[in-house]
Amino acid sequence: MKNFKYSVADSLDSAKTALMERSNCRIIGGGTNLIDLMRENIEQPDEIVDVSRLSKQIQQLDDGALRIDAAVKNTELANHPKVRENFPVLSHAIVYGASGQIRNVATVAGNIMQRTRCMYFYDDAAACNKRVPGSGCDAINGINRGHAIFGTSTSCIATHPSDMCIALRILDTKINLESSKGKRTVDFADFHRLPGDTPHLETDLMPGEIITSIDIAHSARGSSTYRKIRDRSSYAFALVSVACILSIKDEIVEDIAIALGGVAHKPWRADILESYLRGTPATEGRFKEAIDREMEAAVGFKHNEFKIELTKRTIFSVLSELKTEENSK
Amino acid sequence: MAQTSTMSITLNVNGSDYPLQIEPRVSLLDALREFIGLTGTKKGCNQGACGACTVLVDGNRINSCLTLAAQYQGVSIQTVEGLAHGGTDSSPSEELHPLQSAFVKHDGFQCGYCTPGQLCSALGMLAEYKNGVPSAVCETVCNQPKLTNEEIRERMSGNLCRCGAYNGIVAAIEEYAGKDFMDNKPATREGAR
Ligand SMILES: Cc1cc2nc3c(=O)[nH]c(=O)nc-3n(C[C@H](O)[C@H](O)[C@H](O)COP(=O)(O)OP(=O)(O)OC[C@H]3O[C@@H](n4cnc5c(N)ncnc54)[C@H](O)[C@@H]3O)c2cc1C
Ligand code: SF4
Ligand code: FES
Ligand code: FES
Repeated sequence: MKNFKYSVADSLDSAKTALMERSNCRIIGGGTNLIDLMRENIEQPDEIVDVSRLSKQIQQLDDGALRIDAAVKNTELANHPKVRENFPVLSHAIVYGASGQIRNVATVAGNIMQRTRCMYFYDDAAACNKRVPGSGCDAINGINRGHAIFGTSTSCIATHPSDMCIALRILDTKINLESSKGKRTVDFADFHRLPGDTPHLETDLMPGEIITSIDIAHSARGSSTYRKIRDRSSYAFALVSVACILSIKDEIVEDIAIALGGVAHKPWRADILESYLRGTPATEGRFKEAIDREMEAAVGFKHNEFKIELTKRTIFSVLSELKTEENSK
Repeated sequence: MAQTSTMSITLNVNGSDYPLQIEPRVSLLDALREFIGLTGTKKGCNQGACGACTVLVDGNRINSCLTLAAQYQGVSIQTVEGLAHGGTDSSPSEELHPLQSAFVKHDGFQCGYCTPGQLCSALGMLAEYKNGVPSAVCETVCNQPKLTNEEIRERMSGNLCRCGAYNGIVAAIEEYAGKDFMDNKPATREGAR
């Protein structure tokens, strides 16, 4: 690891100023992703500003949304009574990620900003457009078992590895950003990008900007769950994951929100499936039709073709489970 | 420029202050082992994947490899060396932490390399459990589950043991945690190892 200068931001303003004025300066939350990448020389900042001591509040806003400060730890968020009660899918998704040790340190903003686990991205002897723009992508014809099936490009087929973000994607989440030039709020849906021909640009975060908090609200009500399929039963990244909220009334799908993890460069909202099911009979036949429609756009590579069938079955299993839960209400 | 610069920090480990002059890139794990000389905390993977480096920070378990030591000023760090109370080489067992004794009793290790991390992790895990933190195997995140064998295994999944002493580790944790937490399973199951 290259050496660097380290300081603790005592206020948001001092962090904003540091990011704006100093060259090659990065902020650090828990450090569980950044330090790992620095150790591999993939990230090489000259200066690090620690924002983990800034505000860590979770507060209810007037409209019922929850505002979660960027430095809140993953464990704290998963265990917050309001989250467990009103947004259980978020607690659930968080505790499916990483390990107890990592969740105790990882921050909300750091989790959102974490980078792909593509092994060619980590290997500086490999060609990787995300690490070195224009150098090629060794994953496309390489070992791509963990890679994406939706929204890939000829430049990059990496996935976003977060579990927490898959739940955030169905919770009407907004991200609040600040820089020394001002504040803005973006929809979570628009925050992460697809790779296109600029896979090194992963989010909408502008130079000098800091995530200050996120706001979560309900887009859908009903029964919810998070299901994660991985190579071992715990402590592994998702091959496929599904976050879903489903509400059924009188056998009709009243509302549904569903997002997929492990399949795209960004948390993938299954819009096609949702609109096919919304307001129609909640039958297993229609579930299957909706899933097939959603999955039409999926394209597998040599080693991850299996993810298409796995995704279909996982979604079907989740929908069936939630249907049973709704019917027993 | 910054390449050779060091900084002064003070770490509080097992109740003592250690003033250090270190480069910012030094991890808490390396600070403990190489600068303070507390080599009980182990380096397995150095990338967050094995849990051998687990220590407690204000009672919370963390992987000390995925940190900068400088991030951990002003907090209280506990390592495996801080668990036993005044034990000596000639009569260590009397002074072991009860969880350590349970590991000995249940063969919760073979080579012992993962053990310091397992011990710190288990103590942190039990504190999380008491604090209501849910896990991925809880039926619902709303209610406190029983601390079953399955719960312990899920909550301890951040600690790998290459010797495969898992059954003994779980039995030791079950015994230490006490029957109040548990469902009716006996602490050591027949044929468990
Ligand atoms: C072994 C291992 C297994 C894992 N398994 C999983 C898993 O199964 N599921 C899962 O979801 N995750 C998993 N993770 C990833 C883990 O969730 C992330 O490392 C963690 O969430 C990152 O949070 P952090 O606060 O430590 O981020 P940091 O490492 O501190 O930062 C990450 C990035 O976020 C930026 N950043 C930090 N704060 C801000 C801010 N306020 N505004 C803007 N940018 C900011 C940093 O500059 C950096 O680029 C795993 C990690 C490891 C090491
Ligand atoms: S998939 Fe993306 S991250 Fe992986 S090697 Fe290709 S360009 Fe790099
Ligand atoms: S050495 Fe820290 S987790 Fe393996
Ligand atoms: S006892 Fe050898 S690694 Fe666990």
